[in-house]
Amino acid sequence: MQGPRRGLEEELMGMHTHAGPAPAIDFKGAVFTLPVLHLYQGDPEAVTRALERHLAQGLRFFDGAPVVVDLSAIRGVAVPLQDLLGRMRRLRLVPVGVRGGDAEQHRLARELGLAVLHGHAPSEERARPEAEEKAAVSRPPRARVVEQPVRAGQQVYARGGDLILLAPVNPGAEVVADGSIHAYAPLRGRALAGVQGDVEARIFTQCLEAELVAVAGNFRLFEEDLPEEVRGRPAQVYLEGKRLVVSPLAGAGRK
Amino acid sequence: MSKIIVVTSGKGGVGKTTTSASFATGLALRGHRTVVIDFDVGLRNLDLIMGCERRVVYDFVNVIQGEAKLQQALIRDKHCPELYILPASQTRDKEALSKEGVGEVLETLREEFEYIVCDSPAGIERGAQMAMYYADEALVVTNPEVSSVRDSDRILGIMDAKSRRAEAGEDPITKHLLITRYIPERVAAGEMLSIDDVLELLAIPLIGVVPESESVLQASNAGIPVIHDKDSTSGQAYDDVVARFLGEERPLRFLEPEKKGFLKRLFGT
Repeated sequence: MQGPRRGLEEELMGMHTHAGPAPAIDFKGAVFTLPVLHLYQGDPEAVTRALERHLAQGLRFFDGAPVVVDLSAIRGVAVPLQDLLGRMRRLRLVPVGVRGGDAEQHRLARELGLAVLHGHAPSEERARPEAEEKAAVSRPPRARVVEQPVRAGQQVYARGGDLILLAPVNPGAEVVADGSIHAYAPLRGRALAGVQGDVEARIFTQCLEAELVAVAGNFRLFEEDLPEEVRGRPAQVYLEGKRLVVSPLAGAGRK
Repeated sequence: MSKIIVVTSGKGGVGKTTTSASFATGLALRGHRTVVIDFDVGLRNLDLIMGCERRVVYDFVNVIQGEAKLQQALIRDKHCPELYILPASQTRDKEALSKEGVGEVLETLREEFEYIVCDSPAGIERGAQMAMYYADEALVVTNPEVSSVRDSDRILGIMDAKSRRAEAGEDPITKHLLITRYIPERVAAGEMLSIDDVLELLAIPLIGVVPESESVLQASNAGIPVIHDKDSTSGQAYDDVVARFLGEERPLRFLEPEKKGFLKRLFGT
């Protein structure tokens, strides 16, 4: 990632250089996709039965997997969290955090050494449980794939994930994603990635001719001023701090 | 099996009605029973260009609202016996075009005609949407300039989302791009988009290029579709369009600037 991040960066911001001895630690951000276990009831027996049924389907994926427990459906319910976590660990799940619970549930979770996460669930996942054993483990977000041109006046939105575009996005069209946008054809309209606030989202394109690009609400308009090294070329757009960086894609041949 | 063809563009003044008149005439001249319908309720231009404005008694809206029979509203073209015109109303507004009403009229016309050409009004409002809703194929009329191309792009998007075929999950409307008011000299001078520029953006197959020509204006004023004018470049280009639509292979013509002779250069045109 260092390759493409430099370039424009260095010209505009100056070099970032480290002085002094080699550091003992370094904090770096990274994004992990974690399965979220939605609890629709607090009874440890029922949850265990439902989990066993799920894991019996041979989902090796969950063997030793870190999971986040979503409590939003059982807010205000007294949950024997310690008991529940113990049962989950015996099923070889590794609970790492909770989210969506009430203050008491969060306090209990902290006491038990779990993190309290503040990401919110996409609205469709908040649907009411229909059956009692619906303690389902959520799927990783799917990318939305669009194979037709996105034309003037059209808007395409990938909710909860990435957007993959296999045909051009024309001027006057708008492509929007909660995750990243990958355009394998000319990107001529407006592209907005990470619209729910994901600052790690990026925009990638084989041919950048966009009118506007945005990541997590930080946008840049291009009138006639797309930099020469990216105009009509493979490029990516990402956030560094509050600043939107537009840079050629590494490995893209320079003409 | 009859076909409904919409002539549409989004933008006004690009040549939809001129195209509808000449295209429908061209089909009829080749012996196909054809009707051309004016969807521009409230403005009504097709009857002028077809030279039948003085024969309009009943119109499309009268038929939809049951005030007249289809046979009473259809006007037979004075030049070709296979061609009929269904004029628009000048006194109603576009809300008179109900989806069901339009559908019923088109179904009845399907029984009698091979080709039903729908002349769309400009814009993306009800009239334009009704003109395209039932279409099997579309002639998208575009001028080689950015705003026209943008509007055509918009119309293409709507067509894929809001047509009967789209709603029923059938094959999408078959689209043809028709570039009109093309001026080779201005393209060569870089003042007008080239055909390649337009094609790259709209990404639908090209069915023809009609050069700008004075004969179009003369034909409109005379009420005789320009396709009848065999000497004009526009008339010939429309003839090519009809031939290609019916499956003939014809090379594109009139794309290069005309070579001016010595005298022409000396005295202008």
